[in-house]
Amino acid sequence: MQALTNRAKAVDRRPMTFMEKLYIPAIAKGMTITFKHIFHRKATVSFPEKKRDFSPVFRGLHILNRDEEGRERCTACGLCAVACPAEAITMEAAERKPGEENLYREEKYAARYEINMLRCIFCGFCEEACPKDAIYMSETFAPANYQRKGFIYGKDDLLIPDPKEGK
Amino acid sequence: MTLLSIDWFFIIEKVLLISGVLVLSLVVAMYSTWGERKIAAWIQDRLGPNRAGPMGLLQPLADGGKLFFKEEIIPNTSNRFLFILGPSIAMLVACMTSAVIPWGDTLTIAGREISLQVADVNIGILFIFGVVSMGVYGIMLGGWASNNKYSLLASVRAASQIISYELPMGLALIALLMMTGSLSLKDIVEQQRHGLWNVVYQPLGFFIFLVCAFAECNRAPFDLPEAENELNGGYHLEYSSMKLGFFLFAEYINMFISSALMATMYFGGYAFPYMDKLGVDGNILTLLGFLALFIKTLGFIFFFMWVRWTVPRFRYDQLMRLGWKIMIPLALVNMLITGALVLARQH
Repeated sequence: MQALTNRAKAVDRRPMTFMEKLYIPAIAKGMTITFKHIFHRKATVSFPEKKRDFSPVFRGLHILNRDEEGRERCTACGLCAVACPAEAITMEAAERKPGEENLYREEKYAARYEINMLRCIFCGFCEEACPKDAIYMSETFAPANYQRKGFIYGKDDLLIPDPKEGK
Repeated sequence: MTLLSIDWFFIIEKVLLISGVLVLSLVVAMYSTWGERKIAAWIQDRLGPNRAGPMGLLQPLADGGKLFFKEEIIPNTSNRFLFILGPSIAMLVACMTSAVIPWGDTLTIAGREISLQVADVNIGILFIFGVVSMGVYGIMLGGWASNNKYSLLASVRAASQIISYELPMGLALIALLMMTGSLSLKDIVEQQRHGLWNVVYQPLGFFIFLVCAFAECNRAPFDLPEAENELNGGYHLEYSSMKLGFFLFAEYINMFISSALMATMYFGGYAFPYMDKLGVDGNILTLLGFLALFIKTLGFIFFFMWVRWTVPRFRYDQLMRLGWKIMIPLALVNMLITGALVLARQH
């Protein structure tokens, strides 16, 4: 029979020699290996004190962006919801009223915008689909919660703080 | 009247010594659990316990405290008296062996010579064997009194393992005794102090003794009675709280005592090379000797742990075959060769 790969190795089925039957050399070899491991670098990260760095392309929790004047960028076009393979995003659109120009950038905005973090697979398609640069993925992950509904993130969880309010 | 006069200093001295040895073995056993976990972690490229106190040094206290506050369960169908007797015997026997080990030479305090040995009996090794073979009663009683088939089977396995390995252990020791000509551990150490260590004369005997010590202490690769990841805890299946703690603790004390024994009988005990040419004498030399014995003992404890985290567990038939078909003949051959050499040297 031809092997599928050239990685296959035939098992040595010869009877053990006397030295092998003694087991002592094999045990000594194993013990040198374990002894060397005592001085190896440890793989453990002491978590709360030390945190492992994320990779630069890490895709974490979503944020909803604002423009330079602090107005919400999202226009509730629904492209992110369409692009989402896990169907984690739902939204409701509303029309901007006169006098709200300082709140929303365009005439239409998202009155309700929810992402279910339990459904989300963090693929980043929403980020790519957004024509208004409104949704981005940050470098944090969803903290644990006691209830499922705690994982449905609304606008107040997702929207970044208004840069003007801080001043 | 002289018969009734009691040497109070003698009694105080011995009480202090006994409590010292007891505290020492308990503390060492306590920190062996910590050391065991640390060494296991290091060998597996982990950090080990590091939350309780600096370097996790308070971990044994936390574990002990946990065991004390656990619910104490005595099964309804068990034999209550024997159920409690089991771990008590295990613990008692583990603590008794240390009595005949010479922890050091003599200290001179206020003109009194105080030997750092609780009892220098002339049948020291025999005493140890007698006491150690009582240890199997703790396991047997514990397993049987639980009235649980798993415990019973595990304790039967434990008993047959310990009895099987006592034979080659004894045979290996007989070879040593033929050389030293004394059963007193103090004499054996004194002989090594002025000559070479016994391991040089008895390498095979030491090896057999070492392997049997592993089996006697129920340590990996011979930890079949317990086999924590295969059986339901073995003979201490039904035990909880500090009674379980006693069984586990007795294992660590046994490990400490057998390490001390091996250091005493084969590695010179409290004697270390050039100790009589060091220029210091008296109490300082005694303390240095104690330190030497302690370091040797810790080395053996490390070895015990190192082996545990390297070698996989034996199968039961392999264990028995190793004991009866390999260890005993080897020990007999060792005895024969030693006997021949001793005879040849006499003529």
